[in-house]
Amino acid sequence: MAENGTNGTNGQGYVGTRTIRPDGVDKVTGRARFGADFNLPGQLIGKVLRSPHAHARIVSIDTSKAEALPGVKAVITRDDFADQSSEFIPAGEMMMNYKDVVRNVMAREKALYEGHAVAAVAATSTVIARRALKLIDVKYEVLPHVIDVVEAMKPGAPLLHDDLFTAGVEPKPDKPSNIAKRIEINLGDIEAGFKKADVVVEREFKTAPVHQGYIEPHAALASVSEDGSAELWCCTQGHFIVRAHCARLLGLDIAKIRVTASEIGGGFGGKTVVYLEPLALALSKKAKRPVKMVMSREEVFKASGPTSGATVKVKMGATKDGKFVAGFAELKYQAGAFQGSPVQPGVFCAYAPYDMENVKVIGYDVVSNRPKVAAYRAPGAPISEFAVESVVDEIAKKLGIDGIQLRMMNAAREGTKAAYGPKFGPLGLEETLNSIKKTEHWNTPLRKWQGRGVASGFWFNIGGETCASLTINEDGTVSLMAGTPDIGGLRAALTNVAADELGIPYDKVRPIIGDTGSLGFTFLTGGSRSAFSGSMAIVEAAKQIRTELCSRACKLWEAKPDQVEFKDGAVRPLGALAEKVKPMTIADFAKVAGKTGGPIGGYGRINAQGAGPSLGTHLVDLEVDPETGRVTILRYTVAQDAGKALHPAYVEGQFQGGAVQGIGWALNEEYIYGDDGKLQNAGFLDYRMPVASDVPMIDAILVEVANPKHPYGVRGVGETPIVPPLGAIANAMEQATGIRFTELPMSPPKVLKALKEKAANGKS
Amino acid sequence: MAKHHIETVVNGDAVEFLCETEETLLDVLRDTLNLTGSKEGCASGDCGACSVTLDGRLVCSCLVLGCEVAGRRIETIEGLAKGEKLHPLQQKFLEHAALQCGICTPGFLVASKALLERSPDPSEHEIRFWLAGNLCRCTGYDKIVSAVKDAAATLRKG
Repeated sequence: MAENGTNGTNGQGYVGTRTIRPDGVDKVTGRARFGADFNLPGQLIGKVLRSPHAHARIVSIDTSKAEALPGVKAVITRDDFADQSSEFIPAGEMMMNYKDVVRNVMAREKALYEGHAVAAVAATSTVIARRALKLIDVKYEVLPHVIDVVEAMKPGAPLLHDDLFTAGVEPKPDKPSNIAKRIEINLGDIEAGFKKADVVVEREFKTAPVHQGYIEPHAALASVSEDGSAELWCCTQGHFIVRAHCARLLGLDIAKIRVTASEIGGGFGGKTVVYLEPLALALSKKAKRPVKMVMSREEVFKASGPTSGATVKVKMGATKDGKFVAGFAELKYQAGAFQGSPVQPGVFCAYAPYDMENVKVIGYDVVSNRPKVAAYRAPGAPISEFAVESVVDEIAKKLGIDGIQLRMMNAAREGTKAAYGPKFGPLGLEETLNSIKKTEHWNTPLRKWQGRGVASGFWFNIGGETCASLTINEDGTVSLMAGTPDIGGLRAALTNVAADELGIPYDKVRPIIGDTGSLGFTFLTGGSRSAFSGSMAIVEAAKQIRTELCSRACKLWEAKPDQVEFKDGAVRPLGALAEKVKPMTIADFAKVAGKTGGPIGGYGRINAQGAGPSLGTHLVDLEVDPETGRVTILRYTVAQDAGKALHPAYVEGQFQGGAVQGIGWALNEEYIYGDDGKLQNAGFLDYRMPVASDVPMIDAILVEVANPKHPYGVRGVGETPIVPPLGAIANAMEQATGIRFTELPMSPPKVLKALKEKAANGKS
Repeated sequence: MAKHHIETVVNGDAVEFLCETEETLLDVLRDTLNLTGSKEGCASGDCGACSVTLDGRLVCSCLVLGCEVAGRRIETIEGLAKGEKLHPLQQKFLEHAALQCGICTPGFLVASKALLERSPDPSEHEIRFWLAGNLCRCTGYDKIVSAVKDAAATLRKG
């Protein structure tokens, strides 16, 4: 990689360079093994029977005919899983409850959404498994359903759970409802704030639920032996989490289950929970043979988590010179069939980009007859920040201040107290705004039907429990093991760090993702944590190795600790000692490891703290076709604070990919339900994600405001990029059409309707 | 009903297999021939992850039946590199970081190769529309387009 400015052999300075990813060749040759690419001798195929109803009581399930079909080796239903007591546990950036998890993987009393798993079979072939599903006789008592969040909140709405009483309100309600939780945050005095305002804007917004849209469907291969020990291969963002969930649901000791994360074909938060994994294990346990299960795309859409659709009210006040003096918001988020929408992060993030004295945000977590939502890239934040960024744009236009200037005047910075509690350390929002303002893009002229929009976005990022190891091999090469699945270049980023920390060439480090038996508990790839936390663990592991090598050198050279130092891949004698002995490289130590104390390695076991928020600002130009309502994205620029980009190409990739997912969310993607409560667009043809011809090049500007809590200054970068596009595009639409779009997606039929209404109003 | 006995050529090798009528070429490649480089993202021809060429024509192997390929010539991702040497498209995808998770990558590479065989110097517009049948959810397509352009330049130099 000399052409990229690294200095190769002395091993210094890979961090910040565009090294070739170590897992790359396998991925361009088709060799890499993803979830569905594993097979075992004697394996059976597992398939799931799913509810055709949005809401139905399960009166009975008769599996006898399916079990009698030749080739069927196991059938499971709710009876194969013990019930779980209600207990909330942290799951990534959201909370979960095993009482709900056991019901989501296999319906118990009721089927709560179309596609809810009701039974599963394992058979000797796919054809037989499918035939067996048809022989399972489920008697349903169909119940009235509710899909819309506002409808679900009304008194008298069909109730999903008889035992769900709204939390967070006093006194505790005496009747159950679909409102699982109410939360509220307050800063300052919101009423006093609005009194100071010269301009107040109040708007209501609506967003549609969207799916993470990973191209790889969920897949799992389980093998449970007669002594109860289990092996599981699956595509997941966190194999330690899968192990914990499966152990709990199947009543197994954690040590009995070994989970290997396959290469993962995208997740974006959607692969942080379990669906097939416990079913495959339960089927394998019953059949005593390996069981492979792979979801169809239709199953992915109907039965795995999209993120919430929502209704959001925003009211903001500003003085005439542009100071934001009050911000209020009320968020109602769909949780799907079980509580646990990302409304809390939505509430926390709503006004987080701004330094404001008076903020009040209220959130509701609402269940309805939809698949349970899962995390999706900055869960909750794009929705609330879309609403706030739209109102900020409206205030800017009312005051005649440009959008960047107005955001700059109110930007959160070091020392700002966030409405959700903490006082911020260094933040990069102002730098991203400045970077955008300096682009040629910002200053290019626009034509009729074209518009330009800007919006900023905030995401917290997390750290958490993380293990990683570095092992010096006999020839001085290094094996790196990390415990977070590599979803987009993690191994390249961590290898850059390891090579620099040990002062050895990049290609002498071979990174792998270890299975659950090879490392200690490591939290999942999510919360933009894997490069942040993983690199901290690698730094720790490398430090142990350097210390150990220095100590061995002291013994060999009969020297004192202050007579040696580790530099450029070798322990070097200092002062007078330098005249007596020669430096020893890592390879030199590897050769004599057996005589100097045995194998050499380092093991980082940390609970990473100090994840710094990452802020970004997006700039978009678009054109509206007044005849069809189609919106074309003409130009797009992202500026985001990465703290320090360990591998700039994969950081840019996060910016670009997040922006395009946001474009899809803003313009086309949505779950469409019929009156029967069934999903009408469970496929890639009708659930329209952006394709290459829908988008332009995405210019990515790396801003680096170091995070002082990380040894290299790293901030997580993966999630923030999906936050600003929704607002930026809506703001550009307003400029192009004169219409403030408050409902997502801004799909051609909606845009056309709005244009026609505007034209009609103009004439009358 | 008895299975079909099919003789065909995959990546230059003569191959024979048995398949059910309903099995797709993708099923045969993945489950019978163990060529798992072609991926199933949708099974409906919408994502392009299963792209292969059939007598030089780009197809979604999930939309072709196994029993249709008798006597045809199939090229898959596994046939793209020649010996130890990566195809320039593979090399440029690595250099440009044109993949993140990598699940769509085999399909993009097969589709891009088919493009460059027809159009050695494609414009960005042409690349984007040719690749519109391949879904990528990670990259936003930017680095994929750059990699294809760069690979085209390398191939033109010979």
